[in-house]
Amino acid sequence: MQHAIDNGHPQHAAGSHDHGHHDQESMKVLGFWIFLVTDCLLFGTLFATYVVLKGHTAGGPTGKELFEIPGFVAETFILLTSSFTSGLAVLAMNKGKVNQLIGWLIVTAVLGASFVGLEINEFLNMVHEGAKISTSAFLTAFFTLVGTHGLHVSVGLIWMIGLMIQLKMRGITPVTRRKITVISLYWHFLDVVWIFLFTIVYLMGVM
Amino acid sequence: MYASIKSFASSFFVTGDPLIYGADVSIALTSIAILFVLFYFKKWGWLWREWLTTVDHKKIGIMYLIASLLMLFRGGVDALLMRTQLALPNVHFLQADHYNEVFTTHGTIMILFMAMPMMFGLFNMVVPLQIGARDVAYPFLNSVSFWLFLFGAMLFNISFVIGGSPDAGWLSYPPLSELSGSSGVGENFYIWGIQISGIGSLATGINFIVTILKMRAPGMKFMKMPMFTWSVFSSSIIIIFAFPILTVTLALLFIDRYLGGHLFTMDGGGFPMMYINLIWMWGHPEVYIVVLPAFGIFSEIVATFSRKRIFGYKSMVFALMSISILSFFTWVHHFFTMGSGADVNVAFAIATMAIGIPTGAKVFNWLFTMFRGRIRLEQPMMWTLAFIPCFVVGGATGVMLAVAPADYQYHNSYFLIAHFHQVLIGGVVFGYLAGIYYWWPKLFGFKLNERLGKYAFWLWNIGFYVCFMPQYALGFMGMTRRVYTYGWDMGWGPLNLVSTIGAFLMGIGFVFQVWQILYSVKYGERDTTGDPWNARTLEWSIPSPPPMYNFAVVPVVDERDPFWEEKERRDFAPAEPVPVSKLESIHMPKNSGVPFVFAACWFVVGFGFVFGWNWMAFTGLAGVGISLLVRSFTYDTDYYVPLEEVIETEKAAGRAV
Ligand code: HEM
Ligand SMILES: [Cu+2]
Repeated sequence: MQHAIDNGHPQHAAGSHDHGHHDQESMKVLGFWIFLVTDCLLFGTLFATYVVLKGHTAGGPTGKELFEIPGFVAETFILLTSSFTSGLAVLAMNKGKVNQLIGWLIVTAVLGASFVGLEINEFLNMVHEGAKISTSAFLTAFFTLVGTHGLHVSVGLIWMIGLMIQLKMRGITPVTRRKITVISLYWHFLDVVWIFLFTIVYLMGVM
Repeated sequence: MYASIKSFASSFFVTGDPLIYGADVSIALTSIAILFVLFYFKKWGWLWREWLTTVDHKKIGIMYLIASLLMLFRGGVDALLMRTQLALPNVHFLQADHYNEVFTTHGTIMILFMAMPMMFGLFNMVVPLQIGARDVAYPFLNSVSFWLFLFGAMLFNISFVIGGSPDAGWLSYPPLSELSGSSGVGENFYIWGIQISGIGSLATGINFIVTILKMRAPGMKFMKMPMFTWSVFSSSIIIIFAFPILTVTLALLFIDRYLGGHLFTMDGGGFPMMYINLIWMWGHPEVYIVVLPAFGIFSEIVATFSRKRIFGYKSMVFALMSISILSFFTWVHHFFTMGSGADVNVAFAIATMAIGIPTGAKVFNWLFTMFRGRIRLEQPMMWTLAFIPCFVVGGATGVMLAVAPADYQYHNSYFLIAHFHQVLIGGVVFGYLAGIYYWWPKLFGFKLNERLGKYAFWLWNIGFYVCFMPQYALGFMGMTRRVYTYGWDMGWGPLNLVSTIGAFLMGIGFVFQVWQILYSVKYGERDTTGDPWNARTLEWSIPSPPPMYNFAVVPVVDERDPFWEEKERRDFAPAEPVPVSKLESIHMPKNSGVPFVFAACWFVVGFGFVFGWNWMAFTGLAGVGISLLVRSFTYDTDYYVPLEEVIETEKAAGRAV
């Protein structure tokens, strides 16, 4: 062990808040990746529960009777598009164009909100038909799994609005850049989870 | 009006038991005393600035430590209540349902609110220092984790006097824990207390993985990391894979209870075995989460007190990593008898026994490290030595339990109780105590008194064997776990009496430790060198207690046990002070009150959901959201410790000229 000044920043004026931030921002992104791993496990556990309980309908309605193809296809389409527009937002950020970035975020948020709206509508319809969370193990598992995803999307929406305000206030800085990177990761992740939902819950459900 | 208030109060507060009135009174008195001291000495500002808002990992570590010791007390009192009840046949000290509550809270508190926070306390107190870092990766998140743990623990604990305690066992199996089996609020307290603190634990896991990956001093390659840091790394990996499963499992149970779901109920297509699989997919790895850091502690202590490098470093690392993977493939051994079929049982029996191999390798490495070493029997080393035989016996009885057909005999018997206490007390508690004795002088600047420590040590050790050895025999004699009383005709009386005496010996040992701490605060041997044990790793190269920024000059590492190697290079002469010109101002995170408020809001959410008061739960959730937004909009989160302050601190410690 030797003592040495090693950090490559020999001297700097105190208060120059740029120092070290670069490292910290990339470290936060790494932490978010690990968080996404844990979120994958969370969804994995919910998927496992759903798959095990899928047939436990206790005489109640099955997925085949309940799922409506146009509805979930539209949801899929909207969510995939929003993932694409969030990608465009990041591209705009990399070009340094704040307004364009905010514009694409707004498009993304609107698409996300329509997705949530459609999902709520779908749930309400099911409840009207008497397919409630308390009807059977299958339905509890279904509402929990799909609802958790929907909740994630809704949280992402609030978060995204907060970030848009921050962009307006501060423009593109290392910190806001990291925040946008993180939320776009999150958004893509929700998209991937949805693809699994689409396949395992809906497609396999109607087949 | 009066009548309705009265009926509300009698269902809200737990009534009808002298023990609980006693608790009410003592809680009220303690709270009044604390408030009085804070008001009288005008300590509110100090408390808020120095502790409640701190993001310093050392202070957070200390708070974890204090809280976990309090929880050890609570869990220990539960244990003594149970052992008193079981001391003789036909005792009517606790009623049957009260006994259920006590074993439930005892198990839950010991594992989730004692072992986990004690472990996190040690993570916080040691890891950044050991890897030459000034902080953890996310200091703010670290504080969030602590407060989530504390508020979760408080929520769980108040169930004793408000609403009623959970009573379905420490893993809350359905259908006992469903509304049909437990219609009170106890299980809700269980769910929310653990859920809130569990989210904090998950965050701590992420935090320490990134800390270890990214914050190591320059030159500290993976294969140069201290063993304790390795053990924290492997434990954190298990955390991030296991805790999401717990989060989901508890949420699902709550959905059943709160929204009328049927995931695990007996009707509506529910499937209780699904719960049991899920909870053990977390629960088994959980025991490795808490025991691996203890292994890391033993490795540090054995090397230091034998004055040798740890034997078989690479095999130790390999063992840690393989245990963390294998721990996920054994969960079914907790329910061999529940009809999974012979083939499944065999697979899981073999996986379970496989863990014995890396564990055995570690034990041999410790023994080889000691072999021909110049062993010094100081307190940390004594606990380490006591651990080895204890863990060997516990491991052997574990393998006996892993033999699936034999488990049909021992399942749910006192044999099991003896086995898991042997590994949990012998491994986890002895390990953390060893760690606390070892790192205490670093954090507080003084050693804990030897003589009182010896009394505590022998009381714990003798008490341990007196308490748990008879239980193996009781298991063979047919005594099952979770029985609240038994008749004279069973012939279990004498051994139970012996066991209870042992439990009280351990209780007295704990009292000695509390006394030891209080005594040593005043009279303990001060540590002026920063290196009281002549140790090997970086944390000992700085003053005790460390300055707020840990390292004035970030060390550069070129081998394992870097501090020891450096001491050898300079022939154990005192280190030269650093010239002032090499110091610089230091970048540090600012304190924040948000974590405390955020966690307090979760407490409100939890309390609201426990009682089904939606207005309260949703107000709390709004608070949670607002705290997050406030944080997100805060940009001024760090500052520079001025150079003058660094110079002054270092000069005062004799580290700079
Ligand atoms: C310090 C001395 C201790 C004593 C005397 C003690 C005693 C007991 C007793 C009497 C039971 C109930 C057995 C039954 O009737 O089923 C029990 C259960 C349990 N103990 Fe301990 N215990 C001690 C420490 C610990 C520690 C340190 C841990 C964990 C770190 C722990 C974890 C548990 C668990 C998980 C259960 C099972 C609870 C359940 O059945 O749901 N105990 N203990
Ligand atoms: Cu296990």
